[in-house]
Amino acid sequence: MMNPSQGRGLGSGGGSSSGRKQGGEAVVEMFPSGLRVLVVDDDPTCLMILERMLRTCLYEVTKCNRAEMALSLLRNNKHGFDIVISDVHMPDMDGFKLLEHVGLEMDLPVIMMSADDSKSVVLKGVTHGAVDYLIKPVRMEALKNIWQHVVRKRRSEWSVPENSGSIEETGQQQQQQQQRGGPAVSGGEDAADDNASSVNNEGNNWRSSSNNSRKRKEEEGEEQGDEDASNLKKPRVVWSVELHQQFVAAVNQLGVEKAVPKKILELMNVPGLTRENVASHLQKYRIYLRRLGGVSQHQGNLNNSFMTGQDASFGPLSSLNGFDLQALAVTGQLPAQSLAQLQAAGLGRPAMVSKPGLPVSSVVDERSIFSFDNSKPRFGDGIGHHQTQQPQMNLLHGVPTGMEPRQLACLQQQLPVGNRMSIQQQIAAVRAGHSVQNSGMMMPQQQPFPRGPSIRQPMLPNRITERSGFSGRSSVPESSRVLPTSYTNLPTQHSSTSVAFNSFQQELPVNSFPLPSAPGLSVPAQVRKPHSSYQEEVNSSEAGFTTPSYDMFSNRHNDWDLRSIAFDAHQDAESVAFSNSEAYSSSTMPRNNNNNTAVAATDLGRNQQQTPPNMVPHHHQVYGNGGGGSTSVRVKSERVAADTAAMAFHEQYSNQEDLMSALLKQEGVAPVVDTEFDFDAYSIDDIPV
Amino acid sequence: MQRQVALIKQSLLDQGYLDEQFMELEELQDDANPNFVEEVATLYFKDSARLINNIDQALERGSFDFNRLDNYMHQFKGSSTSIGASKVKTECTMFREYCRAGNAEGCLRTFKQLKKEHATLRKKLEQYFQLARQAGPKETARRPK
Repeated sequence: MMNPSQGRGLGSGGGSSSGRKQGGEAVVEMFPSGLRVLVVDDDPTCLMILERMLRTCLYEVTKCNRAEMALSLLRNNKHGFDIVISDVHMPDMDGFKLLEHVGLEMDLPVIMMSADDSKSVVLKGVTHGAVDYLIKPVRMEALKNIWQHVVRKRRSEWSVPENSGSIEETGQQQQQQQQRGGPAVSGGEDAADDNASSVNNEGNNWRSSSNNSRKRKEEEGEEQGDEDASNLKKPRVVWSVELHQQFVAAVNQLGVEKAVPKKILELMNVPGLTRENVASHLQKYRIYLRRLGGVSQHQGNLNNSFMTGQDASFGPLSSLNGFDLQALAVTGQLPAQSLAQLQAAGLGRPAMVSKPGLPVSSVVDERSIFSFDNSKPRFGDGIGHHQTQQPQMNLLHGVPTGMEPRQLACLQQQLPVGNRMSIQQQIAAVRAGHSVQNSGMMMPQQQPFPRGPSIRQPMLPNRITERSGFSGRSSVPESSRVLPTSYTNLPTQHSSTSVAFNSFQQELPVNSFPLPSAPGLSVPAQVRKPHSSYQEEVNSSEAGFTTPSYDMFSNRHNDWDLRSIAFDAHQDAESVAFSNSEAYSSSTMPRNNNNNTAVAATDLGRNQQQTPPNMVPHHHQVYGNGGGGSTSVRVKSERVAADTAAMAFHEQYSNQEDLMSALLKQEGVAPVVDTEFDFDAYSIDDIPV
Repeated sequence: MQRQVALIKQSLLDQGYLDEQFMELEELQDDANPNFVEEVATLYFKDSARLINNIDQALERGSFDFNRLDNYMHQFKGSSTSIGASKVKTECTMFREYCRAGNAEGCLRTFKQLKKEHATLRKKLEQYFQLARQAGPKETARRPK
């Protein structure tokens, strides 16, 4: 479904669009007047003032005092707005959550504003992917220039195709390298490193190519159109669920690391879809996977094993945290998507690499990085220490993700991982581009790729680009954000995936996974959806994809939390706290946390709800499902890292398994635990193993 | 009369009841939106009255849910800031400080002060707007000869 018809150029919606049709120069002149702005603020006074100010800037303003309404407005007019300005504190939904949703689903630039100018909140805006943060009282001058964000975003999206081109070549090389590295993976880290390095190279190449692409815009001019102005007009392809599914299927078929836009395009065989569209979507997807992988790093190790066996491998996973799972799921069974999901979840997670012994190698060889078959064994032992070892999980440590290196490069920011080779390698492979150590595959970050089963598709393809661009600059946090959005698109899927997860989870416990409690833990958390809004999210996107938890995920938080979670039951609290800290944590973290916590929880007999109060209570990520009966509903509370943690507690084990299964399932390959962030809702249970 | 209006406004500014933000709002006013500032002020007072009410009730309950109070106050501060109600804003900030410190007594005291400032501002602005309306459109507008 490409809707080239959208062609929304910046101004196309507005009054001054007349000039736009013509071409770059004309557009530029008319711009920015007519910019279509959506303002969301529960304060009527502010709303009125803002509207007036924006109209004075000759923008087209739509005001909205409820976030839910804003979201539905946006959803119903996918291309009806150019930019969104939202307040941070709103009664019905947290501004950051809205931010994530918008980023994932609509890929629009979002400006946050608040009377609160404390650094932490501003930082949160950054990590959640806001393109700007305004302090109230907002002045006209600040509003006058908001159009720059729209242009910037368009440009970054625009340049993606260029990158893809270069990546293709690079990717192929990388793939070869990776393959070479694959067998060597058995060695563990070294091998992973090798692979990772190849991945890194990809990433580097990607990065440089992206940089170059911008400069070389002229070269590719014919593809992109002309100047920025024209970019603005570029019709935006809407990645519907079906389309995304097709995309994922194509990617999986080709193998994540091998998937190049051209081939994907051919496989998809969708009329009207251009290579650029695919390329940018792929980039996002990779980021997403990377993110998943990152998170799952912890779990990834577990996941790896998981992945390979798909069902059996879960055992070790549990220890790792949901994150590893993801990694595994992704690499092994899960198509890139799952990985992304995992990664997303695991983004912040510390590299799961702790277990160098991960049999990743074998996995790596498998279909595109994801095969984690080997990893299975690894997980088992790694569970406890695994986590601790990696302070910063690079999502895909050594996993030579096939994903465009560039994405990884961007994602890299977070991935310090380097440990888990096997999984990481795989993940890295998926992520592509992530440096070996870090290959953590941050991919998921940017790509909001629906973690869940392919259904999620709509993920924010657009967003990813943005995010990537954004995150590339800023760092992983962005990417995590991306993920959530994708999920929201899949409301329906959510339930299905969750179901899948559930079923899957059950299987997981069977695995050798040592987590004691996991299976049994059925995380009550799942059900917990403290926030009604969250719930919606979960439902809609399957789990909190949108949840900001991603943030945390992507960052640092994840790393350590995951780690701790996985290993110590007691740590759950930590992890939970961790997860809570970042909104994002919910998505990815929850998984891991869940796993960890689940395990821990079981030990402690904690309920998810118990999860340490410090955890963000508001998100009850249903995520918890863990292997056991957890109902896959991993509600991803966005921000609530805590929730996940809580969930994690219980399900720790189960979560991981769930994750894996969910991911795999979703991917259709294996229980893919897509849910990285958003999946929470369905958490791995859905994975129809 | 215009001059009178201007003087009143200036005094409000000088006394700290209003700050530059209010001036910004006035700049947004034009022929197409001649009463913009008054409309905003009206909206503000209506909304803030509601907030004050909520806070009053919360305080009366005596439970002192500081989080919730802080939330209310955050909203209040936001709108007051947007309209340029400087003194009110200051009281809001102080209130929030007390909330964070868990100082119930301080909260009550500050809130009383806040309500007073709010009422004063409201009165003054009402006078101001009335005068402004009587004085006719702003200087920029063309005066019928």
